[in-house]
Amino acid sequence: MATEVHAAEGATGYIIHHLTPLHAGEGFWTLHLDTLFFSALLGGLFVWFFKTAADKATAGVPGLVQNFAEMLIEFVDNQVKDSFHGNSKLIAPLALTIFCWVFLWNFMDLFPVDIFPLIGSVMGIEYLRVVPSTDLNATFAMSISVFCLIIFYSIKIKGPWGFAKELMFQPFGPWLLPFNLLLKLVEEIAKPISLALRLFGNLYAGELIFILIALLPWYIQPVLSFPWAIFHILIITLQAFIFMVLTIVYLSMAHEDH
Amino acid sequence: MSINATLIGQMITFALLVWFTMKYIWPPLFDSLEERKKKISDGLAAAEKGQEEIILAEKKAKGVIKEAKQQSSEIVTLAQKRANEIVEESKDTAKKEGDRLIIAAKAQIEQEIQQAKEGLRQEVADLALSAAEQILGAEIDKAKHQDIVSKVSNQLG
Repeated sequence: MATEVHAAEGATGYIIHHLTPLHAGEGFWTLHLDTLFFSALLGGLFVWFFKTAADKATAGVPGLVQNFAEMLIEFVDNQVKDSFHGNSKLIAPLALTIFCWVFLWNFMDLFPVDIFPLIGSVMGIEYLRVVPSTDLNATFAMSISVFCLIIFYSIKIKGPWGFAKELMFQPFGPWLLPFNLLLKLVEEIAKPISLALRLFGNLYAGELIFILIALLPWYIQPVLSFPWAIFHILIITLQAFIFMVLTIVYLSMAHEDH
Repeated sequence: MSINATLIGQMITFALLVWFTMKYIWPPLFDSLEERKKKISDGLAAAEKGQEEIILAEKKAKGVIKEAKQQSSEIVTLAQKRANEIVEESKDTAKKEGDRLIIAAKAQIEQEIQQAKEGLRQEVADLALSAAEQILGAEIDKAKHQDIVSKVSNQLG
């Protein structure tokens, strides 16, 4: 009985250890160093790769790097063209950044759960959580940035009064103004929250399942972690894609003047 | 699980990444894509144009060949006609020449007959005269009977 409790504590401890970020500071001014470091590193990787392709870009026969970069560019451009009918220099690069960055964040999930904490412990780092999308700060940072852009473009395209009118008089007309306002505010605020929580929830759950599988005896682990990893390849791409497409859709809604 | 200052750091990183992508990554790659698209479509258009030109040239060549054939057959027909004409002409000329020669020969023959007749008449007159002289002896004076002699000689003619 006592050993069982001890084992459960051990398992809980293991899980908590894996899900605790490396942090510094107190209260609000806490910084999750691992999230900041890995997301910056992955962002740097993304920028470096595409910059290499962009520097060598030619209209002639493309090289391997350029070919891959162009494939992604064309894919994102098609998505933007499908949903967004305005003319914006920002939205396509924004979508590309979101897709690639979120994908790379999520991709960290596919590394064995113990490998980075192990390397970290060798280097004297106690806690290390390598998947930035399992940190609410990372997902909310992105969705709040997108939300700011939604508000900015709504006001820029429709004018302050036009945007206010849309908030007050739609969808039920001026007689139900408070109701309209409430509905619209919920609708707008739901956008960043759903964006952030969807990505966080999927990846957090995925990571948790990897950790749980890692707790099982070694001979069962491959049987479970292999199919889960393969399924996860779909999930990480899908989540990056959903985040990108919803960003495009929200921004195109912000650009539409009623 | 708390929201904290990491959020601000992440937002700054995100803004920097988006700015960098917008400024240095998207435009060159997108432009090269567009340029290649244009190049390919231009190439395809040029190829199509070339094909059309080939068809046109073939049509033109066929027309030229047809015309040439027609011309050559016309030339052959003309040459045959001309040859026939020349043959006819030469036949005519030959016939005319022949006729002319015949007429000339006939005229000469006539002339020669006349000359022979004249000669013979003279001779006969002379013979008659000498015969008459012989018959009549010296009775006939040539100068005296000139009239008679010429009458006879005329009768002989």
